[in-house]
Amino acid sequence: MEKPLRLLLAKLVTLAAAMFAFAIFVLPPLYDLFCEITGIGGRTGGVYEAVEVEIDESRRVEVQFVAANNAEMPWDFYPMEHRVVVHPGESRAVSFFAHNKTEVDMIAQAIPNVLPNNAADYFHKTACFCFDNQPLAAGEQAELGLVFILDPDLPDNVNTVTLSYTLFDITDRTVGAIAQAQ
Amino acid sequence: MLKRAQALFLGRLGAVFALAAAGGANADGLTGQLNMPQGVTEVSQAAYDIHMIMMWICTAIGVVVFGFMFYVMYAHRKSRGAVAENFHENIVVELLWTIVPALILIVMAIPATTALLKVYDTEDAEIDIKVTGYQWKWQYEYLGEGVKFMSELRTSQDEIYGREPKGEHYLREVTEPLVIPAGKKVRFLVTSSDVIHSWWVPDFGIKRDAIPGLFTTGWAKTDQTGVYVGECTELCGQGHAFMPVVVEVKEQAEYDQWLSAKKAEAEEYASTIGKQWTDEELMVLGEEVYNRSCAACHQVDGTGIPGVFPALKDSPIALGPKEGHIAILIDGVAGTSMQSFADQLSEVDIAAVVHYERNAWGNDVGDITQPIEVLNYKQGQ
Amino acid sequence: MAHGPATLADGWLKYASRWLFTTNHKDIGTLYLWFSFAMFILGGSFAMIIRAELFQPGMQLIKPEFFNQMTTMHGLVMVFGAIMPAFVGLANWLIPMMIGAPDMALPRMNNLSFWILPFAFAILVATLFMEGGGPNFGWTFYAPLSTTYAPDSVNYFIFAIHIMGASSIMGSINIIATVMNMRAPGMTYMKMPLFVWTWLITAFLLVAVMPVLAGAVTMMLMDINFGTSFFDAAGGGDPVLFQHIFWFFGHPEVYIIILPAFGVVSQIIPTFSRKPLFGYSSMVYATAAIAFMSFIVWAHHMFTVGMPIAGELYFMYATMLIAVPTGVKVFNWITTMYKGALTYETPMLFSIAFVILFTFGGFTGLMLSIAAADMQYHDTYFVVAHFHYVMVAGAVFSGTAAVYYWLPKWCGKMYDETMGKVQFWIAFVGFNITFMPQHFLGLAGMPRRYADYGLQFADWNMVSSIGAFMYGAAQILFLFNVVRTITHGKPVDDPQVWEGAEGLEWTVETPAPYHTFATPPQVK
Repeated sequence: MEKPLRLLLAKLVTLAAAMFAFAIFVLPPLYDLFCEITGIGGRTGGVYEAVEVEIDESRRVEVQFVAANNAEMPWDFYPMEHRVVVHPGESRAVSFFAHNKTEVDMIAQAIPNVLPNNAADYFHKTACFCFDNQPLAAGEQAELGLVFILDPDLPDNVNTVTLSYTLFDITDRTVGAIAQAQ
Repeated sequence: MLKRAQALFLGRLGAVFALAAAGGANADGLTGQLNMPQGVTEVSQAAYDIHMIMMWICTAIGVVVFGFMFYVMYAHRKSRGAVAENFHENIVVELLWTIVPALILIVMAIPATTALLKVYDTEDAEIDIKVTGYQWKWQYEYLGEGVKFMSELRTSQDEIYGREPKGEHYLREVTEPLVIPAGKKVRFLVTSSDVIHSWWVPDFGIKRDAIPGLFTTGWAKTDQTGVYVGECTELCGQGHAFMPVVVEVKEQAEYDQWLSAKKAEAEEYASTIGKQWTDEELMVLGEEVYNRSCAACHQVDGTGIPGVFPALKDSPIALGPKEGHIAILIDGVAGTSMQSFADQLSEVDIAAVVHYERNAWGNDVGDITQPIEVLNYKQGQ
Repeated sequence: MAHGPATLADGWLKYASRWLFTTNHKDIGTLYLWFSFAMFILGGSFAMIIRAELFQPGMQLIKPEFFNQMTTMHGLVMVFGAIMPAFVGLANWLIPMMIGAPDMALPRMNNLSFWILPFAFAILVATLFMEGGGPNFGWTFYAPLSTTYAPDSVNYFIFAIHIMGASSIMGSINIIATVMNMRAPGMTYMKMPLFVWTWLITAFLLVAVMPVLAGAVTMMLMDINFGTSFFDAAGGGDPVLFQHIFWFFGHPEVYIIILPAFGVVSQIIPTFSRKPLFGYSSMVYATAAIAFMSFIVWAHHMFTVGMPIAGELYFMYATMLIAVPTGVKVFNWITTMYKGALTYETPMLFSIAFVILFTFGGFTGLMLSIAAADMQYHDTYFVVAHFHYVMVAGAVFSGTAAVYYWLPKWCGKMYDETMGKVQFWIAFVGFNITFMPQHFLGLAGMPRRYADYGLQFADWNMVSSIGAFMYGAAQILFLFNVVRTITHGKPVDDPQVWEGAEGLEWTVETPAPYHTFATPPQVK
């Protein structure tokens, strides 16, 4: 085969392979990063190290809490308070009630989501039950805690922030992982 | 011949669009509707308006462009003696028909943008409703009010499979509609518990995907009372076409009444069926129900009358799987005097008496039967 | 091969071997075309089942679960089995002849590219008979319906997609290599026929985005079988990520479907206008612009997913802009006809219908790009109507036009012109009766992928189904005409066949010899 043809073929095959790698290895982390930076999709960040901020007494923001269960998730799961009113910069603690009503031990994972999307970046959680998975024995109940601070830079046109958690049953996954690790 | 046929087709097309424009005012969605409804909210009206603007602009462009084309097809036919010229470039004309459409697009973009801003204006809502998609029904929860219920298709399988004639509201009726008050801004928080669904009410102009693990949001505010029907608009499995959305807009006073009744229902449910009963509570209630409704035949000590009424003490059914035991009380036993108690005893009473029978007289099965299990069995039929 | 390629007279074994092992671009083109037509009939049968069930409200013929398999398979078979291979077949037959090359750059890979396709589709169609049924999650297979909730056959579906993707990628590499390396002396890029240009650009699109599709189904495979959570919120993933990745492939895919169709029409209209294509270089730039822009508009398929308003506005504006280069092409075709000397043989009828109906579909596409209105259009029959106008009255009509136009060159016989015209009119009328009412259905509130519907949608559904049966009948007539031409057609004397035809393919004998341009021609 002539050289120019071989070179062209090499380029094209590389392009195809690169796009495949792009799709699998670059797009998902890029998507996550993009969502994290912009707060788009309502994804909140991880543990927030609280810094000294001035509490903006002039502003009151309503924070609503919503709970949802994914399919086949039989726990009772709801916020103890449906809404609170906070000043940006003020640290506030709330809790969620969870009850494993079944006769087996289970492990759950709560996935948070913030609306409006542009508020997600400004919703800081210093402690949250969503950072870890939640095991509850059969019949066990628990009050799960969340401590959060709204950033004073929260855009002015946002007066209501809705934080929702969807509870997923990850018993099988985690058990599998533990079994594998043994 | 060609030109005439094509002109005829376009003429019909024009008539159809005129009809469509006229038909747009029909918000009820009955047979023959051609156009998008104007709906009853600001958002639905904005969607309709921009839709009509776009349609008329496109129609106008189409008429000009195709009109010219049909003229060319007629006038420059070889059979008419046309001789082909040879030109094939013209920078001026090319620039014109690149820039002019771009300008038209910019003009279209302005109302398109304002309309979208309306869709996204979810601030300052007065009522928040969580909408959850399930395979294949919707759940509505009024946040902060403690009211939550499922809304499922009411049309029967017999109607769907042609074994019975189809009712007037075929596939447009549900067990419990969503109810909202007129004149208040309602925000919807939409999610799913399994696969992706989508919640659409055309008359409100709102369509939000229901995605498991996250929430999407939209809003509606209308002054017009009435019943509005919507659909699930994301393929979600075999029941995709069978989970309609029905929203009833009531006057404020009527809505308040409805909400209070719903709350009372919810409270009652929470203190009975929805509650997790303890062994002690069930035994106490169960003994009472048993002595009142069952002991006449099965005797107070559960030994029955041999050959006539079976003993429940040491009985294989009372010691066996719970579901079989519940089934006897709900379904009765055909051909015997053991009737169905489904209509006579509440789910709470049935659960209590089943629990009592399984644990009294030394039966000691040790399990607990909750009223919700009895309800689930009944609904599973 | 001193005596030419094997025929039936040489015995069935030699004949079969010819087709199995051929490296000849004409043979491979023929294979692709017949395969695509068979897939077109198969996908069309699925459509007939769908429209038969939707003829009246209620479930009369099939269960909703099976209906979902039919809509899914109809889409998959038509997109990946009918339309794409049809245009690859045209590319194989025509590109070497149009550029004065003896064959494709990589003839053996060419053979492989074709033969893995029947294999892939055998697997895909077999899933319909597996336990749990075939894929039932739409041709767009969103997660988690296609992952956590998929039937067992989903792994076979993924395998079939991988194979089809490999076929497309190899075919595209072949086309790029051929066009870039094997043009006859004197044929500069800006002297190539537009069909070659559109395929060159399409091939680059394919090489870029088919791997992304492969990535998406691989991630699906891993979520389903290996416990990953790309698209599963419980494990930290996101179902919306699937949609982004899919449509990053999916939007360029629809341009992959239509650009070669543009190319075909750009060859046929000048011939029957007896006038050169107007604005050749603009046509090339417009095609390149469309291809480039196709990468940056994907989320207009996701306007209801809850994107922030900035993103939604951007995708709306970018999508609207694609109308500009597309409009340029339409104007150029019409201006080609202007002051020409027009005749209306069957290829021209289909090409003119393409211009009108594709543009109509383009208008509804423009309407769809308006996000606020899309809240009402999304996932309804309005979308179904739109894409059938651009894909059927667009790509399929163009493919049909191509067959009528080049068939005499391929087999040396002329098709029956009257039958061709009749077939055109039945197809044209049948098509419009099928899909025009679907706009009304969507606007009135009927969602897509619905196995059943409320009574208010009954009338238009019945009309649409009648049109579908009519359109289906037209395809049988098309098959009949093509086969009859090959077996009993009137031999063509003039190699140019059509009075206004220009291009190297019309300089070779008719029928085209098995090997053409063994010596490259000199192009002025």
